[in-house]
Amino acid sequence: MDRLALDVAHLFAGGLVLVSFMLLYQDRMTGLVNNFALHALVVSFSVAWQAYIQDAPHLYITAAIALVVKAVVIPVALHRIILRLGIHRTIEPVVGIGQTMLAGIGLVALSIMVMLPITAEAGTLAREDLSFALSVILLGLLMMVSRHNAVSQVIGFMSIENGLILAATGAKGMPLVVEISVAFSILVALIVIGIFLFRIRERFETVDIHLLHEHRGEQP
Amino acid sequence: MIDYGSLALGAILVVPAVGASLLALLPDDRTSAWINTLTSLVTLACGLVLFAERPAPGPFLIVDDLNVVFIVLSTFVGFTTSVFSGSYIAHELEAGRLTPAYLRFYHAMYQTLMFGMNLALLSNNVGLMWVAVELATLTTVLMVGIYRTPAALEAAWKYFLLGSVGIALALFGTILVYLAARSVVGEGLDAMAWSVLVDNAAAFDPALLNLAFVFLLLGYGTKVGLVPLHAWLPDAHAEGPTPISAVLSGLLLNVALFAVLRFKSVMSANPAALAPGPLMVSLGLLSTVFASFMLYRRRDIKRMFAYSSIEHMGVITFAFGMGGPLANFAGLLHMTLHSLTKSAIFFCVGHIAQAKGTQLMSEIRGLTVSHPVLGWGLVLGVVAIAGLPPMGIFMSEFLVVTSTFARQPVLALVLGLSLLVALGALLLRLNGLAFGEPHGPSEPTKASFVPVAAHLALVFVAGIWLPPAVVAWFQNVARLLN
Repeated sequence: MDRLALDVAHLFAGGLVLVSFMLLYQDRMTGLVNNFALHALVVSFSVAWQAYIQDAPHLYITAAIALVVKAVVIPVALHRIILRLGIHRTIEPVVGIGQTMLAGIGLVALSIMVMLPITAEAGTLAREDLSFALSVILLGLLMMVSRHNAVSQVIGFMSIENGLILAATGAKGMPLVVEISVAFSILVALIVIGIFLFRIRERFETVDIHLLHEHRGEQP
Repeated sequence: MIDYGSLALGAILVVPAVGASLLALLPDDRTSAWINTLTSLVTLACGLVLFAERPAPGPFLIVDDLNVVFIVLSTFVGFTTSVFSGSYIAHELEAGRLTPAYLRFYHAMYQTLMFGMNLALLSNNVGLMWVAVELATLTTVLMVGIYRTPAALEAAWKYFLLGSVGIALALFGTILVYLAARSVVGEGLDAMAWSVLVDNAAAFDPALLNLAFVFLLLGYGTKVGLVPLHAWLPDAHAEGPTPISAVLSGLLLNVALFAVLRFKSVMSANPAALAPGPLMVSLGLLSTVFASFMLYRRRDIKRMFAYSSIEHMGVITFAFGMGGPLANFAGLLHMTLHSLTKSAIFFCVGHIAQAKGTQLMSEIRGLTVSHPVLGWGLVLGVVAIAGLPPMGIFMSEFLVVTSTFARQPVLALVLGLSLLVALGALLLRLNGLAFGEPHGPSEPTKASFVPVAAHLALVFVAGIWLPPAVVAWFQNVARLLN
């Protein structure tokens, strides 16, 4: 049973890394949002499984939040934003899919090399969860730097948050503060989508961050 | 017998929170500036009470020698900034740059920011502190974008992205600290409480702590504005309302640095862990050198002083990284004086930008002739921030450099040279701004000079005579930090 519990936990954590890779090469906005919904779905399964094997019922709340808000509400909202802005057909240029994927593989290798030796005492579950979580965080960072569209950057940021949830649930018995912060970060996501995208839209009729760079304060 | 300490501890959090909700509900803009000032004044009073009477540490909140310095400083600057904000905002309303609806939002956010900073400083729990820092960051992001010009939106977006990446790294570091503590302290709240962490740090797994500190330093270091993670800082300072620039430079950077210091003391309590000093010294030195050269290329006045903040945060991080009673003392003193001076400069700059209708330094000339009080206020402020005697920053910078000379002469030389480089840039710009024939449009301003005068007077007095009580207090904190 114990062996099985670990294997399932790793299946979900590894699955999350895989979906992070899928996010990296999406070149259509709709595909990107759907993939993010899948990302959130995997994270909510992973958290629910942790709640079950750690016998920590409060983690089910975190799982439910991830499922309802991140896998359903935010993707639906993003789809509507994309439709309203008329960018649902746009193909976003993703800088060199090959290079990005290679860089991603490098980052995953890096995080495994860094985390595994260090966390030798932390227990098998926490160890591998943490190295997967760090991979997801680094892949999210990679996505944020390699995209120029505000929607993609927000999705990159939210995938980082999913990685953090994975890490926090892997650390057994971490107090309720994590749940507060998780709820809080969902709020962040909502604020960002609500305010920034619409403000940017209002001003520029576009959400391409490239255009924003023209307004750097000091260029003559 | 009433326990004034606990009362003040509750009030310092409740008052800004209530103030924020009140300000969000009240529509009238003239009273809201007053309520803002009044709330900040009450918060300041609570801060002073906490200084005198300390309640016993609880599982979530703690008042100790270290954070009380930050609390008194941040409530004081919070109050003076609210006074400045009143006159600044009145002008913005007249000029039509802000609408009453945005003003309501602005005041509510101002108090929310104060609440977030006080909570971050007082929390005895690494998770709670993280939440509070994130709250403070979010409110400033929203305020930086409040003018809704393309430049302001870009600044806010950049700040949001870099700030949230920083905060994400810090959370990962926090989780690692919990993991390191869990195997020693056991599961639950204790494994996240400062007081418990510091006492038990010697038994923690050093490898986990090392990794955690790297994440925490990068995460919170982004918010301190350390190079190379500083990119958000000049934009956020230049494009937001000036009271927010003053609070950002004077307070929020300190709060982030405070978080780094807390984790540094956990690290130093573990002999097997990586020494946190050299990391902080190199980041601090890099920031100082980089920012002092960048000062020469600035055209926007607020941006220039933002780079000067990066420079000074570098000096402070450097001093705390060097460690030892003298360097820590110098770092604390420098931090206090920098907060006071830099916010005073931003008060002047805010009114100057309103009077001249521009932030471009090439358009601003001869301020001492056209606006004598503002102009001389700026001259005094820049003289202080450049580190010239007799102002207090001269003394703290002198202490940082000399205490370093005894241990690392090469580093002291680099630091001293970059301070001179910065001095050159600031004086060069000041000459153009303050003296010569005034030109361009200029209107009279209804400025509030009291905050500027109060801050500069404190900095001046500190340069000539530090009260023995303050010296003893800072020395005690410096010893604690070791």
